[in-house]
Amino acid sequence: MACEALIIGGSAGSLDVLLKVLPDLNGDLSFPIIIVVHRKRGTDSLLPDLLSGKTRLRVKEADEKETIKAGFIYIAPSDYHLLIENDRSFSLDFSEKINYSRPSIDATFEAAAEVYKDKLVCMLLSGSNSDGVNGLKVVKAFGGIAVIQDPKSAQVSYMPAQAAENVKIDYTLGIKDAAKFINLLSS
Amino acid sequence: MINDEQVEVLLLDMLEKYGYDFTGYSKASLKRRIHRLYSLDKSLSFAEFRFRISDDPAYFKRFVEQITVNVTEMFRDPAFFKTLRNDVLPKLGTYPLIRIWLAGCSTGEEAYSISIILKELNLLHKALIYATDINPAVLEKASQGMFGLSQMKQYSENYILAGGTRDFSSYYTAKYSLAKLVPELKSKIIFSSHNLVSDHSFNEFQLILCRNVLIYFDRDLQHKVIDLFDNSLEELGYLALGTKETLEFSPLAKKYKRIQNEKIWRKVS
Ligand SMILES: C[S@@+](CC[C@H](N)C(=O)[O-])C[C@H]1O[C@@H](n2cnc3c(N)ncnc32)[C@H](O)[C@@H]1O
Repeated sequence: MACEALIIGGSAGSLDVLLKVLPDLNGDLSFPIIIVVHRKRGTDSLLPDLLSGKTRLRVKEADEKETIKAGFIYIAPSDYHLLIENDRSFSLDFSEKINYSRPSIDATFEAAAEVYKDKLVCMLLSGSNSDGVNGLKVVKAFGGIAVIQDPKSAQVSYMPAQAAENVKIDYTLGIKDAAKFINLLSS
Repeated sequence: MINDEQVEVLLLDMLEKYGYDFTGYSKASLKRRIHRLYSLDKSLSFAEFRFRISDDPAYFKRFVEQITVNVTEMFRDPAFFKTLRNDVLPKLGTYPLIRIWLAGCSTGEEAYSISIILKELNLLHKALIYATDINPAVLEKASQGMFGLSQMKQYSENYILAGGTRDFSSYYTAKYSLAKLVPELKSKIIFSSHNLVSDHSFNEFQLILCRNVLIYFDRDLQHKVIDLFDNSLEELGYLALGTKETLEFSPLAKKYKRIQNEKIWRKVS
């Protein structure tokens, strides 16, 4: 399987995981990584800066209509849903919160599932609500791959545990294995 | 699930039957909205859904109301409103009449926010705000000037962050679960329908605001709409876009100078 995009969703407790995983990623991944994490309003520009110090990949906030490119890590801006168009560009949407969240992980997973189909890998990390679980179902329905952080290793296990309960998960990973897994997706 | 071809079919129907052109909208969001309505209304099949839209004008109205995104709030992005208050509106204060166009005003929260700032700057008496939207239902709601009381706490916080120093609750009276804004705030707002895709320029303005509307348009339509704004903006006038929107990619960008750190541009040539 040639991975065309990796999307990582997370909520409470997921930032720690990202900070541990990103340093071990190869700098020449053959696909883009898109990160959708819940966070407080107004803390917008901090996350890209924080993460870019931790990885060889280029990190930036996703801009609307921006073409999605391999080798980049894109962060969903706060307070907008991040969607993906057929032509592999981002669009932003300010519609109602989904699962009390904007950006919503479900929204991005679902939009991406239709575009990338069986070349999509979606990973759900630690979190305290069930945003992302429905999205993973849709990803599976379009032939994509569903991955979760092992709930046992998660600071807040609810989100990955809900996914495990409701979706046929392909891989369950501990924090240590996550970077290796991602590097191996690269062709 | 509604697929891409079905979305195209519906968009062409709407254009042919009703003259509403949504073909330049970003598809991912549109598809989500259409799918949402399809499920919400428990449509039996795509054929039935399609027939209902093209055959029943009342349902078509609902369709337009539901596929446009109307989420908004008062003093959303407080830093933006602070710049309006401290930099932009005082500069416009020298004009005998300040004409403002708020395009895509939704249910009016933004228009009333500007009204409040104008009032506090003692400029409201000589200002006119044309607040327009494609969706008649939100305009109707906007003109009532009544919002959920439960939202006032958030709005009051936004107002303070945006540089407001008065008692925010003096701007409304509570009535059951609603907050009714004081009538003065509405006195200089004209709510009316205007479709950015097909309607023309209708006046010249010193300030045009269009926030969180362009994100729903593809690049070509964005350029077309920015053209429309440029044609409707006086020399030295200001154009304000949403936090995640930009003039950068427009061929007209060179005529504008951006205010640092804000999505506000001044027309300098
Ligand atoms: C997300 S709301 C933005 C509200 C407000 N400006 C804000 O930023 O909070 C988008 C608005 O744009 C309106 N809109 C969408 N297409 C339009 C068009 N072609 N012409 C005029 N308004 C349009 C919608 O009806 C909706 O009220």
